[in-house]
Amino acid sequence: MCTQTVGLAQATVEERGIPTASITMLTEITEKIRPPRALAVPYPLGFPLGEANNRELQTEILRQLLALLERNDVPVLEELRL
Amino acid sequence: MVETGELSVELQAFLKTYSWRRIDPVPKASLSTPIRECRVALVSSAGFVAPGEEPFSHSMHGGDHSLRVIPGAMDVQSLEEHHDSDSFSRAGVDADRNMGLPLDRLHELAAEGEIGSVAPRHFSVMGSITAPNRYIKHTLPAIADLLVEDHVDIALMVPV
Repeated sequence: MCTQTVGLAQATVEERGIPTASITMLTEITEKIRPPRALAVPYPLGFPLGEANNRELQTEILRQLLALLERNDVPVLEELRL
Repeated sequence: MVETGELSVELQAFLKTYSWRRIDPVPKASLSTPIRECRVALVSSAGFVAPGEEPFSHSMHGGDHSLRVIPGAMDVQSLEEHHDSDSFSRAGVDADRNMGLPLDRLHELAAEGEIGSVAPRHFSVMGSITAPNRYIKHTLPAIADLLVEDHVDIALMVPV
């Protein structure tokens, strides 16, 4: 349900003029919800930032998430590239 | 990535008849400043609660839709996790709270000049909301109000 919970938050926040991007582990559900921008990561539920205490990987995921903010061809669904 | 076919049998059965909320039309806000100048906030659905705050309820019908505010200056590892779902492994967030709310990473990006600043407030909800009407009507406008009040330029959202 987290995928929907986060997607709905994106919709409300974008409507108020603040751009958003989310991480998703469940692209099938993200495609149904259609949040404005999402980054698909190849990790199980509970691991959106990849690996505990892996600073480099977590930072790279945030960088690619931030890069989606420059996209306006919503809904955007990109895969993490490492 | 996870396929829905990999989820528990109970969850798959629930999802088979669940009516997802489709966002239509998809709203679009645009950046007004370069990312390196933006103030960034996090919204996490990991069910985190600051020490001493009320835990999320595990008995509310349709899921606890309430909100917890996480100060940007707080020690992220001190957060308590109160998510009401057994469909994900806790191993990641148990070992490192940045897995659900990457606040340390955000501070590092700000220190390195990759973003402008870290917002003073971040937001925690409990993602297992199956009946989201109250969440949409009350919680989300409250989050948006606080983001606007804090002059946030970008909100990054993290599900677990």
